[in-house]
Amino acid sequence: MSLLEIRDVEVEFRSRSRGTVRAVDGVSLDVERGQVVGLVGESGCGKSSLARAVVGLEPVTTGTVLLDGAPVAPLRWRRRSAHDVRMQMVFQNPYGSLNPRRTIGSQLRDGLRTPAAATDPDGEVRRLLDLVGLDEDAAQRYPHQFSGGQRQRVVIARALAADPDVLVADEPVTALDASSQAQVVNLLVRLVRELGLGMLFISHDLALVHEIADVTAVMYLGRIVESGPTDQVWASPQHPYTRALIDALPRISAQPTLPVGLRGEVPDAARIPTGCRFRPRCPRAMDVCTGEPPVVQIGQQWSACWLHAQETAGTPAGATEGRA
Amino acid sequence: MTTTPPSGGAPARDRWRGVTHAARYISRRIAITLTLLLGVTVMTFLIVQAVPGDAASANLSETALNDPEVVAAYRAKWGLDQPLPVQYWVYLTNVLQGDLGISQQTGRSVLGDLLTYVPATLEIALPSMLLAVVIGTAVGLYAAVHHDRTGDQVVRVGTLVGLSTPSFWLSLVVLYVFFYLLGVSPSGGRLSTWIVPPERVTGMTTVDAALAGRWDVWWDAVQHLALPVLVLTTLTVAVLTRFVRSAMLEVLDADYIRAARAKGLPERTILRRHVLRAGLVPVITVSGLAFASLLSGTVLVEQIFGWPGVGQYAYRAASGLDMPAIMGVSLFVALVYTAVNLGVDLLYGVIDPRIRVS
Repeated sequence: MSLLEIRDVEVEFRSRSRGTVRAVDGVSLDVERGQVVGLVGESGCGKSSLARAVVGLEPVTTGTVLLDGAPVAPLRWRRRSAHDVRMQMVFQNPYGSLNPRRTIGSQLRDGLRTPAAATDPDGEVRRLLDLVGLDEDAAQRYPHQFSGGQRQRVVIARALAADPDVLVADEPVTALDASSQAQVVNLLVRLVRELGLGMLFISHDLALVHEIADVTAVMYLGRIVESGPTDQVWASPQHPYTRALIDALPRISAQPTLPVGLRGEVPDAARIPTGCRFRPRCPRAMDVCTGEPPVVQIGQQWSACWLHAQETAGTPAGATEGRA
Repeated sequence: MTTTPPSGGAPARDRWRGVTHAARYISRRIAITLTLLLGVTVMTFLIVQAVPGDAASANLSETALNDPEVVAAYRAKWGLDQPLPVQYWVYLTNVLQGDLGISQQTGRSVLGDLLTYVPATLEIALPSMLLAVVIGTAVGLYAAVHHDRTGDQVVRVGTLVGLSTPSFWLSLVVLYVFFYLLGVSPSGGRLSTWIVPPERVTGMTTVDAALAGRWDVWWDAVQHLALPVLVLTTLTVAVLTRFVRSAMLEVLDADYIRAARAKGLPERTILRRHVLRAGLVPVITVSGLAFASLLSGTVLVEQIFGWPGVGQYAYRAASGLDMPAIMGVSLFVALVYTAVNLGVDLLYGVIDPRIRVS
């Protein structure tokens, strides 16, 4: 049993103008202790919807999210159970995720659940600040006295104050400049290793995910098209979409080539193409792609593409549906 | 990987710096206020001159007006025969010595008149304001938390009705219901006619009665207060509730509220520590304005309830072209607005560290 199990999760939004939009369409993922799982994809592919559903900010339409084997309840006004509190999130925008009217110290103190919190809350606040690399007099200051990177450290400290097992970080460094990005990412990864947390790291930055994630999952239009150990996904991408993403990265090498962009845009999630969702943009699309692609295991990687079905020959379509 | 927050320094030193900052800020604001008041006297002086007719024609009877000697005597008595700059200069030097002049209508000193009428207004403005702030904040918070549900809809419709109700109409309706139909309220005034007013200390009947220990008088005064306070509270609550509701809605959608919920804080704690504080900003803004307008007199409400407040005084001064009284009221209103604004700005700093006097 994994620390965090996401099983066949679907997230739907209903709107009057566009009807029902299925932003996440049957996603399964596992996060283990001390492991960083990177989820990458273009804007609008549903990765943020998935993150929000996992932490309970959006209701899950079908499927389950299990933390240590027990389901996580959606976030409502009712007080969160001690079990659900073990999953914490780091938001994208460090300017909106701290209360501008309260000191850092008071914001850290009122969620404190670490073992030593009952006896010495002030000491715990200092320990948390130190853990994220901030001076202890930061506790008396207000969020507007900090830079974006420092605020994101505070946000991480606040998440750690709840003594979590799992962190869900939704684009935690996108709002930061390049140098603070590196610092905050290093901090997150170090904490995951030291404290034995599991982290679901969501980003559109494939290079960044390559640097830090143990497992990479690539999402396209609400589904995971490829997943596996990061090194293998990077070294031999199985799905044409993963390959396209990697080819689109600028690279420094002995024989420099221009990055190859992927044509087209992510289609509207309200009008998903039939068969393989990537078909309209896929450089290797075939006739057979009008059918639902099979999910195939190659080594430790999983890929949902007709190419492998032909190579491995005879895997019945849909037999391993939803495994990804 | 240790990073220092900007502008390092011990908290104690920060606090001291804050105090001197605040002192400098307040003295600057007072200087601005004085300039403003000077401007107000000039403007009022000029505007009154622009009104057709003069104090003599407004205050003397027809027969007296036909006698040029009487008119000349009247004008000489009030200094109206002097050139305008001289009139203004005389007025200004008097004001600086604390003399606001004599009202042409009441024949008493304007300062004395203000000291009678202002406490009366204060007596209905203060309770209205307090009630409105408490009710408005509570109802606004309730509506925001129950966003788009039945409770919220009821509040929205209710406040819209409250906003659209003219104050004189509401005054007449409550008089009709509570005085005429139910007979539980007096029809107006500050005290029943048979009651000897308590010794004047603050000028507020309820306070003076309480100080004198005359609780029957106190109760009578409270009964007289009830209806005007009810009307003024209703109207202020309607405005306040809407502002509080929208401010709190904005805050409730913030990521830090989600984080607070996610880390398992109980709802009451979140509302108290995170939401209420943000909702206080509009409460202060709107209450400041509402309080200033209540203090500068609610002419219609005071008129209907026969309440001898600033509004009535201002109305009579204006209709009688009673120059010293008009000037006195204008100065008072200007003073109220600038003082309330200063208070509001200082309170902002207390509530929001980002705008702590810069």
